[in-house]
Amino acid sequence: MSQTDLPDQDPVFQLKGSMLAITVLELVHNDLTRLDEQLTVKVAQAPKFFHNTPVVLALDKLPAHEGAPDLADLINVCKRHGLRPLAIRTSRTADSLAAEALELPVLPPSGARERILEPVASIKKEKPEPPPEPAYRPTKVITVPIRSGQQVYAQGGDLIVLAPVSAGAELLADGNIHVYGPMRGRALAGIKGDTNTRIFCRQLVAELVSVAGHYKVSEDLRRDPSWGQPVHISLTGDLLNITRL
Amino acid sequence: MAKVLVVTSGKGGVGKTTTSAALGTGLALRGHKTVIVDFDVGLRNLDLIMGCERRVVYDFVNVINGEATLTQALIKDKRLENLYVLAASQTRDKDALTQEGVGKVIDELAQTFEYVVCDSPAGIEKGAHLAMYFADEAIVVTNPEVSSVRDSDRMLGLLASKSRRAEQGKDPIKERLLLTRYNPERVTKGEMLGVEDVEEILAINLLGVIPESQAVLKASNQGVPVILDDQSDAGQAYSDAVDRLLGKEMPHRFLDVQKKGFLQRLFGGRE
Repeated sequence: MSQTDLPDQDPVFQLKGSMLAITVLELVHNDLTRLDEQLTVKVAQAPKFFHNTPVVLALDKLPAHEGAPDLADLINVCKRHGLRPLAIRTSRTADSLAAEALELPVLPPSGARERILEPVASIKKEKPEPPPEPAYRPTKVITVPIRSGQQVYAQGGDLIVLAPVSAGAELLADGNIHVYGPMRGRALAGIKGDTNTRIFCRQLVAELVSVAGHYKVSEDLRRDPSWGQPVHISLTGDLLNITRL
Repeated sequence: MAKVLVVTSGKGGVGKTTTSAALGTGLALRGHKTVIVDFDVGLRNLDLIMGCERRVVYDFVNVINGEATLTQALIKDKRLENLYVLAASQTRDKDALTQEGVGKVIDELAQTFEYVVCDSPAGIEKGAHLAMYFADEAIVVTNPEVSSVRDSDRMLGLLASKSRRAEQGKDPIKERLLLTRYNPERVTKGEMLGVEDVEEILAINLLGVIPESQAVLKASNQGVPVILDDQSDAGQAYSDAVDRLLGKEMPHRFLDVQKKGFLQRLFGGRE
């Protein structure tokens, strides 16, 4: 038997708990005339804010000696200004009875902290969250020779090689590349496009050097007077600079 | 504990098998029980150079496949008491070797021998990979020319990363350079890379320099490891290399141009 055969058992509703942000109109004085005046002023500041706004009327902060307000009148004042009372919050029996007569739900007095809501004329744009701090990526340090056919990639950071790099080996880094042995292979810095990255080497005898995709091959490098010398390589515009260290 | 040595190079024709035969024989000459294993399945050469080709019944692949026992397949050298050869199969190819099978054979050999010398095929594919995978030490045979040096460099990279020692996180394979077919005269003329150049590029310990010698070809064709020709420069150089392998300090010989004697110059004789 499938559920379609039993329409009676098909649930019509679900009960769900939910936290709703609701405006609470907390009366501090039992003075409906002044309330009316002050509400007029408030509504004038931000008419949209008060249009059909559901509110809970809180009477529990009223001083005892000021007596209970006329609930029906209070509700009328609210409705005039666009507020829609949903319930009252009170600890007094008189108020509870009055609410019951108006078929208005009664909420127990709140112990929770409430913050004072000030209506804002225009909805302020939320400040965009600051971009997350770039995750710290430690520099990759290699101490053994990098042989022909080997490839080393320092993702998201710098690469330091304290050994020879053979012809046919390839160094890749998102950041800078430092080579303290003879640099005979290929070195590509800033492969994700960072044009501020550099290549430092003690002995430039490379097959290819590249910064952010701008490269020079060995044939061009050999013509440079710094061939075989300690150099650093940087990018200015489209030009790869080879500078003696 | 047996030491597993691999003689490898990447490039072909540089003298791996000659070196395996010479070093294996040299170790046996010094009293160490040694076996030389030919990994060049399909291009079986070691047995020729060792002069035992007529006695090959079972080979390495037979042992791996369980068709023969190791005792049946090991060929005892006629000249030396404690030298054995495990021949490769000529009719099969490198796919006949499996990592598990090779591992089993190497471990079994390691129980009875002091030195297991693995003669690697050229290239960096399966045969060469399995030859070096179980090694403790590697002898990288290099000719003094750029392509050989580059291939050796590639092989050194693989030794550092693709061996059992590397995968198990043990001490890396001990790598040594053996420079073969060295001709000091041509080095002086700038036609050949010098020892220092090769050492600088490869940055590994130098086990020896074997001079280019007529004796090597002669020995190969006669099926006698060149190390047994103690009159030849190549034989002496290999002998020095074996001593270094065993930890002795030996000065490197045959690195400089030999001055020709008066008679040699007169008749233009070579050796």
